[in-house]
Amino acid sequence: MANSKVLQDTGDLVLNRISKRYGDFCAVDDLTLTIPDGSFFALLGPSGCGKTTTLRMIAGLEEPSAGTISIGDTDITTQKPYRRNVNTVFQNYALFPHLSIFENIAFGLRRRGIKDVKSEVEKALDLVELAHLAERKPGQLSGGQQQRIAVARAIVNRPEVLLLDEPLGALDLKLRRQMQIELKRIQMEVGITFIHVTHDQEEAMTMADTIAVMNQGKIEQMGSATELYEAPKTAFVANFLGQCNLIKVRVQSRSGGKVVVSAKGHTFEIPESRVSSSNDSLLLGVRPEKLRLDGSGVNSIKECLVTDRSFVGTSTQYLVRTPWDLELVVFEQNDEGLHDLRLGDKVSLEWDSEHTFGLDGAQDVNAGADLDDDE
Amino acid sequence: MSTQVIPKPSLSHRSSRWFSRNLIRIYAALAFIYLFIPVAYTFAFSFNDSGKSNLVWQGFTLDNWKNPCGAPQVCQSVANSLQIGFISTLVATVLGTMIAFAISRHDFKGRRTTNLLIFLPMATPEVVLGASLLAMFLNLRVNPGFWTIVIAHVMFCISFVVVTVKARVASLDPRLEQVAMDLYANERDTFRYVTLPLVMPGIAGAALLAFSLSFDDFIITNFNSGIESTFPKFVYVSAARGIPAQANVIGSAMFFIALIIVIVGQVVSRQRKK
Repeated sequence: MANSKVLQDTGDLVLNRISKRYGDFCAVDDLTLTIPDGSFFALLGPSGCGKTTTLRMIAGLEEPSAGTISIGDTDITTQKPYRRNVNTVFQNYALFPHLSIFENIAFGLRRRGIKDVKSEVEKALDLVELAHLAERKPGQLSGGQQQRIAVARAIVNRPEVLLLDEPLGALDLKLRRQMQIELKRIQMEVGITFIHVTHDQEEAMTMADTIAVMNQGKIEQMGSATELYEAPKTAFVANFLGQCNLIKVRVQSRSGGKVVVSAKGHTFEIPESRVSSSNDSLLLGVRPEKLRLDGSGVNSIKECLVTDRSFVGTSTQYLVRTPWDLELVVFEQNDEGLHDLRLGDKVSLEWDSEHTFGLDGAQDVNAGADLDDDE
Repeated sequence: MSTQVIPKPSLSHRSSRWFSRNLIRIYAALAFIYLFIPVAYTFAFSFNDSGKSNLVWQGFTLDNWKNPCGAPQVCQSVANSLQIGFISTLVATVLGTMIAFAISRHDFKGRRTTNLLIFLPMATPEVVLGASLLAMFLNLRVNPGFWTIVIAHVMFCISFVVVTVKARVASLDPRLEQVAMDLYANERDTFRYVTLPLVMPGIAGAALLAFSLSFDDFIITNFNSGIESTFPKFVYVSAARGIPAQANVIGSAMFFIALIIVIVGQVVSRQRKK
C-alpha cells in the first residue's frame, strides 16, 4: 500500500482568510468560508472571479499565498492532493483515455490499496446507472455518460468533500437539467459534502442548499437561493441572479419600519428590514415578475411607455420606459390577467413594497449584469 | 429564351473530361511507381541466379532466399548492425526520453539553449559529424570499432528521440496528471500509471525511428568503424566488386518485416478503438 496515509478527517471544511496571488493579480482575496459537513454548497460567479482557484486550493492543486484550509480539526493547507480526503470532478471530465471505464473508476481504490475493488466499482457504476459500459474506453462514451463516469470515479472513494468544477458546462441544456437532478439525488444518497463551482446561476439555485456568490476574489453574499434572490445585498448579486430593476433613489425619511424614498418626483416605500445600507443614496431593487402593468398605489410610476415586447412561452417580457427615460423589465405570466400591450402603449407600473429591497446607492447599477453567458 | 441545341460531346471532349476527373489518381499512381521502383527492383533481383555480379538478369532462382548467408561476411555484418541498432536505440531512447521530459516539463535556466543544442546534430552534415568524431576518438587514442559506432549512433539518435517524445509530452493533457494526484496517486504512481502509458506511443515511435536511423547509417559509421563491418558498409564495400544477391534478399526481407510491423500495428490500434 503506497498511499495508506490519506487523512481521514471528518467535519466542516473551513477556509480561513485564504488569498491567492499571481504576481500582481489577486485571484482570491482574503476569503473566509465555512462549509458545513454534508451540505450541497455552490460557489457561483462569473469567469475569472476566483471560484475555480478556490476549488483548486481545496483540492491541493494550488497552494494559497496566505491563509489556512482545514477539514474538522486538521489543517490540510500544505498537504499533497493525494493525501487529502477530497476528490474532484474536473471540467470536461478528464477521464484517463488509456484505461477502461472500470479501471478509471478503480484508479483511486487501487492507489489506496483497497481490497474489494470489483464490488466497490460495480456499486459506483450502479449509482450512475452505467453498469453496462464497464469495459468500454472513455472515447466511446457520450458527453453525458462521461460526466457520470467522472462523478462515479470520484465518489467511489467516499471522500469527505467532493469538488465539482463546472461539471455540466459541456452538456446541452436538456441533459444538463437531467444531470442536475441526478447529482442532487447522488448527493442525498451518499451524504458527503459537495462543493459545486459554476457560473450558471440557475444551476446553482436548482442544486445547492447554500450559495456563495463570488466576484473579484471575494464573496459578495452567501445564503439560500431564496435569500439571494429575494433579498440581495449588493447590485452584483441582484443582477447576477436572475434579472433585476434597479432605480436610483434618495432617502426622504426612515421611520416606523419604513424607508420612504424618492426618484424624479415619485415616492416609494421600502420596508426598513430590507434596506441594507444607511446611506442616503440608495438603489431600489424590484424583480421583473413583481411589477404589475396597472395600478396606482403607493409604489407606482404613471405615464410609462412600452418600448419592447417579447413572448417567451410561460411569460411575456416587456421593456417599459419611465418618464425619466429609465428602462425597466417587466415579466407578465401568460394567464387570464394578460394585458397584451403593444409598442407605444401607455401604462402605469405598480409593485408591493415588501417585494422591493434597498441597496447602497454608491454601486454600479449594471454590476454583474450580462456576465453569466460569457463562457 | 431560344431553343438550345445541346451538341453531343465529341470523343476528344469526353476523353479529356475523363482525364481531368482522374488526374489526381494518375498522378498518385505515377508517384507511387516512382517511389517503389527501387524496392521492386531490389526484390526482383533477389531472385536472380547471379553468380558473381548481380547487375544483369540471368534467370530465376530461390537459392538466395534459401541461403541468405551464402555470400561471405553478409550475415556477420547484419548481426553487427542489429546489435549496434539495439544498443544505440535502447540508450538513445532512455536518455532522449528523460531529456524530452526535462525540457518540456521543467523551467530551468538554459532551457531554450538546450532546446537549440538538441536540434544541432540534426542540422549538421553527417560527413562533418563523422569526421569530427573520428578526429576526437583518435585524439583520445580510442581505436574505432564496435563501441565507437555505438557512441556515434547514440549521439545522433538522441536528437530525434527528444523531438519525437517532446511532441507527445506536449500534447498530453496536464489535467490527467492532476486527476491522478487527486485520486491518491503520489508522484511515482502518477508517472507509472498515467504519464508513462500516455507518452508510450511517442517513445515507441522514437525507438523505431532511432533503430532505423542506426541500422541505415553509412556515413558516420564508415568514419568511426575501423575494421568493424555493418550491413550498409558491407553493401558499399562490395559494390566495387558486385553486390551479392544475398544483400538484396536481406534488404527485401527488412522491407517486408517493417511492412508487417506497420500493418500489425494498424490492425491492433484499430481493434483497440473498437
